[in-house]
Amino acid sequence: MEKFQEILNDSWDFYRRTLILVAKGSKLYYAWCLSLLAIIIVGFIFYLKQHEVGLIATNMNDQVSWGLYIANFTYLVGAAAAAVLLVVPSYVYQFKPIKEIVVLGELFAASSVMMAVLFVMVDLGRLDRFWHMLPFIGSMNFPQSLLAWDVIALNGYLILNIFIPVYLLVNFYYRKKPNWKFILPFILLSIPWAVGIHTVTAFLYNGLPARPFWNASILAPRFLASAFCSGPAIIIIIFQIIRKVSDIKLENEALFKIAELIAYAMFLNLFLLGSELYKEYYSHSIHMAPVEYLFEGLHGHNLLVPWIWAAMAMNVMAFFIFMIPQTRKRLSILNLGCLLVIVGVWIEKGPGFVIPGFIPDPLGEIHEYIPNLLELMVSFGIWALGLLVFTLLMKVAIPIETGKFTHTDYEKGVTAFRPH
Amino acid sequence: MQNKRYTRREFIRNLSLTTLAGLSLPLLSSCAKEEVEDFLQKHFHEMTEEEKKRVIAKLEQRYLQKYGRKFQISTKEALPDTLWGYGLELSRCIGCRRCVYACVKENNHSRHDPQLHWIRVLRLKRGNLINLENSEHYYDPDLVPEKGFIYLPVQCQQCQNPPCVKVCPVHATWQEPDGIIAVDYNWCVGCRYCIAACPYKGRVFNWTEPNIPKEEINPSVHYLGNRPRMKCAVEKCTFCIQRVRSGRYPACVEACPTGTRKFGNLLDPNSEIRYIIDRKRVFRLKEDLNTEPKFYYFFEA
Amino acid sequence: MKKETTVIALGILLLGFWFTSSANGAGEEFPVAPPPVTEGMFPCSNCHASIEINRKKRELKEEHSQIKLHHAETMRWCLDCHEVRNRDKLRLYNGELINFTESYRLCGECHGPQYRDWRAGIHGKRTGYFMSPGKRTYYLCAHCHDPHEPQFKPIKPEPPPFPPAVKNHAK
Repeated sequence: MEKFQEILNDSWDFYRRTLILVAKGSKLYYAWCLSLLAIIIVGFIFYLKQHEVGLIATNMNDQVSWGLYIANFTYLVGAAAAAVLLVVPSYVYQFKPIKEIVVLGELFAASSVMMAVLFVMVDLGRLDRFWHMLPFIGSMNFPQSLLAWDVIALNGYLILNIFIPVYLLVNFYYRKKPNWKFILPFILLSIPWAVGIHTVTAFLYNGLPARPFWNASILAPRFLASAFCSGPAIIIIIFQIIRKVSDIKLENEALFKIAELIAYAMFLNLFLLGSELYKEYYSHSIHMAPVEYLFEGLHGHNLLVPWIWAAMAMNVMAFFIFMIPQTRKRLSILNLGCLLVIVGVWIEKGPGFVIPGFIPDPLGEIHEYIPNLLELMVSFGIWALGLLVFTLLMKVAIPIETGKFTHTDYEKGVTAFRPH
Repeated sequence: MQNKRYTRREFIRNLSLTTLAGLSLPLLSSCAKEEVEDFLQKHFHEMTEEEKKRVIAKLEQRYLQKYGRKFQISTKEALPDTLWGYGLELSRCIGCRRCVYACVKENNHSRHDPQLHWIRVLRLKRGNLINLENSEHYYDPDLVPEKGFIYLPVQCQQCQNPPCVKVCPVHATWQEPDGIIAVDYNWCVGCRYCIAACPYKGRVFNWTEPNIPKEEINPSVHYLGNRPRMKCAVEKCTFCIQRVRSGRYPACVEACPTGTRKFGNLLDPNSEIRYIIDRKRVFRLKEDLNTEPKFYYFFEA
Repeated sequence: MKKETTVIALGILLLGFWFTSSANGAGEEFPVAPPPVTEGMFPCSNCHASIEINRKKRELKEEHSQIKLHHAETMRWCLDCHEVRNRDKLRLYNGELINFTESYRLCGECHGPQYRDWRAGIHGKRTGYFMSPGKRTYYLCAHCHDPHEPQFKPIKPEPPPFPPAVKNHAK
């Protein structure tokens, strides 16, 4: 009982001190957080309108029944899965430069999954009935429905990626050695789980024979390949920003290693894309209509054509940037490559994946889809929320990692070292 | 100095938390008892007879208020030894869409914003049947049938291996014993996964609160069929569950002026539909997807 | 003696009625909707009982001039289907007379496959209940096909659905 009381006191103390920590910062920090907050509030107001009127406030319709929200969801689940590219080098191969930042990467994964879950929530027509999806309380259609699997997988991954970093950080805060026997199984579990969340997301599109564009065996491998391009690219950019605004030590070697992994993933992504294009164009069955819509336009409808070609160009350019060591190891060009990958994969995996699945629809209709202002604002709001949450998490995690933020029993200024 | 800053921080923190709480109030809306009841309503299958009766009474009350008509809401179960099948003689369909609007009237569809049709009539050029990409849904000539075209009405096929039932994350849609795929409108969360999964575009979504003109409302409804729906719930053809479970023809069958549509019990060897399957050359749409639809198309000429 | 003769005569008459009634076919076996006769035209014998019979094939000028016969008109004309001595009845090929409520038997003489399908309930239209104890009502051939001009005329279709782009516009 006493021990429990002690833990409670310590937790409250920790929580209180983190609140103080996030409330203090530089002018840039305030500007960043407040502008994000502004975007979030605008997005929320637009969401209220959607909640009141129904999904008719979006541009979705019976023919294209999933739009920008699900596109973003797909992309973000991929970005979240990319944390595994940090976990594997750190904990399996003990690669020191990445080991220093793996906790931050896991927190990034948690923010990403949170954003993905939020995108699904705003896409639901009846959010008030969400409890129907919970197992035991509602009536979750497990194991038949892949959406049920996705709910379990995503929430499990979220819990893992909050639990593991928090456990490690809190231990370090109290200058205690983490019990590796306890935490390592969870860490190792998060590796297949990361692959799992994105595979399940891919399967939820894959298992629909009604949509030949998605009903391809290549879907899950392509999802993983593109996820392992975009996620780490975001991580590279974010960590450079973190390195600049805080005093965490981040070796360039870590970034270059991640970039190398991106090169392999991008090669796989491009190869799988090539395979898909060959299959569709050579077989030339009527099922190639969505691919034709995407790359050439179908019966005069060609809204997505410039987007996908831009994405292709970006991906190929980025591939060369990441592959050639000279360009990979020049930070300025590396950053360009990262931006190209992030945007290129977003186009390819977001709108360039979800929308052609609905065009043409099962009865042959073609209705193009552009997100309207409400969808854009709500999407921006959720992205801003994710960035804000990640910022706040970093505001706490980095001082703990560097040793600046520590238990009151210890003096401040002790040089940080992580007990491995 | 430290304490003063701390108090100011705390003030800002408290203010922002209160603002957030205040902003979330619209989401919680006016938690009237009725809405709490709606929120906690169980899945149709899990309701006891008592609970079903209560829900029916509540709905009758609501519809009386909203539409000014006394509704008869049935929860009639499937008849024993029935498996409903539908026949459609493609050589006779002239594309007049009388079936579409008879269905709209019988099943209390939203007329506009959104306009929901459970039946969709496709116009295909003669010589082309399977590639629906070349179909035209919005044909509007002065007279039908037009020369050189055939017409293919499509609606929910009440598949025996329904992909929509497989993908629904909350069991809001299921297959009834008589083969009809039913939707519990109060259980659907509006994720639209079933719409993505249906190969026949049989399911449509109430993108907002439906608009049904009061004078055209049909008050004999079934809980799983044509009762007025609410926003953000999926709906589809139910083979007029409110009619067929009493042995009556569906509305589209009775509306067709050329006798294109046939209906019957697949398990009854003397039924009209069995006669058709035994003697005519029937086919079903997208049979290669193995959904086993119960909608049999056939040609005479 | 006179009494006996009366009884026998009555008996023969009764028998005769019974036989002739059964000669009228198997009776009305299908519950049909009322035949679509033109307003005020039935019973036909109102006029035709007093009109002189003219079996000559001709174009009608005085009455029934609005009827244009487009139904095997090179092989048949009005009096091949309508019984010449009793216009309230139709005439089968073997001379049997049937009511308008049984007109399907006449159509079935030439259109065998359709008749067979109609009897099974898969040609044409039925409304009502297809399962007992409910009853279904058959529509006669004549309800859909004008016997004088059977080919369906094109009709105006109901409006198409709104394409999604204009979903927010008026009814």
